[in-house]
Amino acid sequence: MIYREAGNYKTTYAADQAIFTLQLDRVFMTMVMVLAFLVVPLWANEYWLQAVLIPFLIFSLAAIGLNLLTGYAGQLSLGTGGFMAVGAYSTYKLTTAFPDLNILLVFLLAGFFAALVGIVFGLPSLRIKGFYLAVATLAAQFFILWLFNKVGWFYNNNSSGNITAPPRELFGLVVTGAAAKAQVRYLLSLGILTLFALFAKNIVRGRIGRSWMAIRDMDIAAEIIGIRPLHTKLLAFALSSFYCGVAGAMSVFLWLGSAETEAFSIFISFQVLFMVIVGGLGSILGSILGAAFITLLPILLTNVPLLVGLRIPIDLQKHIEQIVFGGLIVFFLIVEPHGLARLWQIMKEKLRRWPFPY
Amino acid sequence: MSAASPEKLLQVDNVSLSFGGVQALSEVSFDVHRHEILAIIGPNGAGKSSMLNVINGFYHPQRGSITYKGQTRKAMRPHLAARQGIARTFQNIALFKGMTALDNIMTGRNLKMKVGFLLQALHLGPARREEIEHRLHVERLIDFLEIEAIRKTPVGRLPYGMQKRVELCRALAMEPDLLLLDEPMAGMNVEEKEDMCRFILDVNDEFGTTIILIEHDMGVVMDISNRVVVLDYGCKIAEGTPDEVRANKQVIDAYLGVG
Ligand SMILES: Nc1ncnc2c1ncn2[C@@H]1O[C@H](COP(=O)(O)OP(=O)(O)O)[C@@H](O)[C@H]1O
Ligand SMILES: [Mg+2]
Repeated sequence: MIYREAGNYKTTYAADQAIFTLQLDRVFMTMVMVLAFLVVPLWANEYWLQAVLIPFLIFSLAAIGLNLLTGYAGQLSLGTGGFMAVGAYSTYKLTTAFPDLNILLVFLLAGFFAALVGIVFGLPSLRIKGFYLAVATLAAQFFILWLFNKVGWFYNNNSSGNITAPPRELFGLVVTGAAAKAQVRYLLSLGILTLFALFAKNIVRGRIGRSWMAIRDMDIAAEIIGIRPLHTKLLAFALSSFYCGVAGAMSVFLWLGSAETEAFSIFISFQVLFMVIVGGLGSILGSILGAAFITLLPILLTNVPLLVGLRIPIDLQKHIEQIVFGGLIVFFLIVEPHGLARLWQIMKEKLRRWPFPY
Repeated sequence: MSAASPEKLLQVDNVSLSFGGVQALSEVSFDVHRHEILAIIGPNGAGKSSMLNVINGFYHPQRGSITYKGQTRKAMRPHLAARQGIARTFQNIALFKGMTALDNIMTGRNLKMKVGFLLQALHLGPARREEIEHRLHVERLIDFLEIEAIRKTPVGRLPYGMQKRVELCRALAMEPDLLLLDEPMAGMNVEEKEDMCRFILDVNDEFGTTIILIEHDMGVVMDISNRVVVLDYGCKIAEGTPDEVRANKQVIDAYLGVG
């Protein structure tokens, strides 16, 4: 019994309400942080940073955003890609119009624009639920992309129709655009994710998180204890879209460098939704685990057959990937709706009892 | 509280409510006095639950009015009723299934919590202090209702009787002036019923909460209520002390299914 609760007496409610109540959890978390902030940037090569780690961090943020809305507040959304696009295009417009504005501030402002758009498309949630709401958010997805494609103003009427990240500096380092080093972009993405994940965790374990879950679990009872449904749902839409918006801004400015609306297609909305489902509805940690899993899966599926000496044609590989994906989604939806986060918890409970079977 | 003119907390005046062809309530009037326990009894489908739903604004009556704390309204909105100190429990338990007992009860404190969104996100001093302060309050209620052992259990896994207790605890967390209890003892065994009766009396006694209670067990009603209102087919057929009501001819008929 290495991992245990015994001896960890919580003598104050403050201690009982901490995010990591066990000493070992705190040690483990510190190790992960040291690894992520110090070891990884030294060790990882360009390929790993650009193809795996940076997108993983950015999608983690988007997945947290969607999880706030869908996992905690119970409002299904297929508009994630659209809200990410709002963040990306707002960042582009702002930073080309005001080149001297601090790029982090621009990300935050872009998040606010995305939040406003989220509120507008969240309004129908007072009247409609579940599947019908999902269809309404799907309309948001298509409308936003259509608008950004159609109106040249959004991409400064350039001939390519793309938005391209201009070089912007932070503390004297170039952090965006072609000149920015992958290490720098990785560290900035990691910093943003760490802070926002912490904020999200604080929100969901307090009053606002409880009011979201109350609306999710039984809106009638929630209203009867004084929770205003529209207010609560719109706050979820706003905050969720804020997170997705910042993630969208990051995906153009810290990852892709240049993009068109296609980068935020419905496919992205589904991908983030899968991350949330696989990772665990209603869990911040789960959002990150889900993002890791979905980002790594294609790479695993590519490399594992190579390792054992199998050569699979690319198109077959894509098909296998889709089959495995589909299978996993069905598995998690039916067998373990709380996803990887729950499996992680079960493992910890097992460890806690080890070596006793129960 | 003088016997001659007890203070009225709630006044129901000529309330009529119908669903399509079904007349759930017809011209029902009664008063609820501050600090009393009022029982509403009547056969199934008499309109008891509908009456509670009208009081906390869940149903809007076609005719009549509700006067609560001196303010007369045609109808309430549920979250406004909550703000004005009306709490309730449901006939078919309405807990938040995905949350622990503690979180369910803490949700009852939501209206009392004021710290804004940004401070919460940063979990800074005031947010932390507020959370702990309300946790202390909730822990006192948890002690009071003797549910310490299950505070971290997801409510979906709790037995029925415990769920009823958690739901009562959540309602009490709101520090209500008026507490509406819809069949709080339905489906309980004798021991659980005794516990629940004790809790209800203690709440009324210690917190001074006014209680409207729907209950089928006549023994319980006679034991704990100050006054009784009897509904039958949506009409009020009697009102008075338990003894008066028990002796009432119409009530006996209604319960025996005569007339
Ligand atoms: N939401 C509703 N829609 C339609 N009919 C309802 C509704 N709520 C209650 N009723 C009807 O009103 C009558 C009274 O119901 P109710 O108040 O639940 O009775 P009680 O609680 O005394 O058993 C019943 O005939 C019931 O079918
Ligand atoms: Mg009823």
